[in-house]
Amino acid sequence: MGGLEVELRQDAPIPLAARLACAPGELLALVGPSGSGKTTILRAIAGLYRPRRGRVAVDGALWLDTEAAIDLPTRRRRVGLVFQSYALFPHLSALENLTAAMGHRPRAERAARARELLRLVHLDGLEDRRPAQLSGGQQQRVAVARALAREPAVLLLDEPFSAVDRATRQRLYLEIAELRRLLAMPVVLVTHDLEEAMLLADRLTVLHHGQTLQTGTPQEVTTRPASPQVARLVDIGNLFEGRIAGHDQNRGLALLDWRGLSLEVRGPPPAPIGTRVPWVIPDGFVILHRRDRPSRGEQENPVPGRIEQMLVLGQSARLTLRPDHAPELPLRFSVPLHVARRNGIEPGVAATVSLLAEGIHVMAPDGPVGAAASSLPAPAASTAAA
Amino acid sequence: MDWQALRLSIELALATCLLLLPIGLLSGRALAVRAFALKGVVEAALALPLVLPPTVLGYYLLASFGAAAPLGRLWQELVGRPLVFTFDGLVLASLIANLPFAIQPVQRAFEAIDPDLRAAAACSGMGPLAAFLRIELPLAWPGVLTAMVLTFAHTLGEFGVVLMVGGAIPGETRTIAIAIYDRVQAFDDVGAARMSLVLLLFSLAAIAVTFLASRRVGRRLG
Repeated sequence: MGGLEVELRQDAPIPLAARLACAPGELLALVGPSGSGKTTILRAIAGLYRPRRGRVAVDGALWLDTEAAIDLPTRRRRVGLVFQSYALFPHLSALENLTAAMGHRPRAERAARARELLRLVHLDGLEDRRPAQLSGGQQQRVAVARALAREPAVLLLDEPFSAVDRATRQRLYLEIAELRRLLAMPVVLVTHDLEEAMLLADRLTVLHHGQTLQTGTPQEVTTRPASPQVARLVDIGNLFEGRIAGHDQNRGLALLDWRGLSLEVRGPPPAPIGTRVPWVIPDGFVILHRRDRPSRGEQENPVPGRIEQMLVLGQSARLTLRPDHAPELPLRFSVPLHVARRNGIEPGVAATVSLLAEGIHVMAPDGPVGAAASSLPAPAASTAAA
Repeated sequence: MDWQALRLSIELALATCLLLLPIGLLSGRALAVRAFALKGVVEAALALPLVLPPTVLGYYLLASFGAAAPLGRLWQELVGRPLVFTFDGLVLASLIANLPFAIQPVQRAFEAIDPDLRAAAACSGMGPLAAFLRIELPLAWPGVLTAMVLTFAHTLGEFGVVLMVGGAIPGETRTIAIAIYDRVQAFDDVGAARMSLVLLLFSLAAIAVTFLASRRVGRRLG
């Protein structure tokens, strides 16, 4: 198959158990908290870091195969890497930074091609400036153009937007999205910013402690996390535990018991009846009822409770609801600010929400355990033994 | 004014610089970017000439340069001249005494280069030599220049080591620093003052060159 295929495995010094693939023209985002091994994986693809065991193949050609003792040096890997710090050569002009990466081209063609690339990233007229004479956003564009000047088989972006201010970042997002349509190679973006990944990536790979936990479209990963750990990493606040209570075959629903409250879940039961399972409901599937028209039970999965907190973020309000049946399990969701205002939402008032059946996602009971679960190994072990 | 001594000093300083340039570049860069066992010991040994009294260093050099010592004998066999009380011996002694001046500024300069730049050079398809010549050296050259200026100035002024290893043979081992001492001993205050002034101006110029070079580069790279 074409594109990039990566498999890395080692226990020390940095634990790695990573597997990822990126098709030509696809943008794959590696997402994870700092220290999760994102940059190490990127450097291993570029040959700047050598894992104990691993395999890196690009368009069928092996760049690394520890079993076959293949390890191409970085300069022979045809890789374009945009560093977090950009790593522009400070003593060379923007144009020279590009021509320095064009050793594979005849000398006479280099300057013309470099000018073309600088025009592509909207830097025409600034060819002779040194990096220190360019703004952060301009430096980032030079770094992108230099990575492309190499005519790479793989383009790697290591937190390329972290060093610029917010306004510049928004502009650069648009430019990268536009530029991407012209690129035929696999593009791997490393970021700790989930929103950035969702905005730019075709698929996400969630990473934790060097381990790839789940790969999927941004929509899949953020609404159907494979495990509680992924749910935490993609910041789904509403992560709970329930028990599979029944099956309504006629309506194609499973019943989930959440601390005595029965919830309807789309589809057949994902586990045998009686099994305790972790489940999530992402923000967008929690619907606030109108307070002037109280629910008479006809709505989907109604959960009455009391509003504890309201955070206003621009035109949106982030609400925390303490459910009446389990006040220790706060539900978090957002509504447009005008909706909150019109319903008289403020801390302390009673309110009811619906948990949409299609949004409730039940995970496997024995999926990879998250940080919270792994801190309680003893009870889990005794349950298993019983 | 002892022009012969001044010429000898300048020849000695040039020879030392020329020979120490590749040594300083290679070892300075290796110490900056490579990790190896006993690196600390190597660094300490290289710094030793800085803290050792010149007469003590000169004494050990004299002892190992003599015809009875292996190094002295080997040199005599290979070159046909002794090391003690000759210009050859002076150059060799000067090389050793100047190691810290030639290596440390180079090492600091290479350490100051962002390691990502080396990685970026490799990603740009450059081999180690191309990356060294096109990226690292242009960024480290103020340090290299400083190393050479310091070595040159220090060699001009070196007294203890030169006196111990070379004596004060006119035209062979009598450098300007020793000539100044001789003038003072002979109550020739005017001669001593004149030569001292020459050395003072040389040192000032050396420092000015180094400062200007690093400031210019600093401005350029922002």
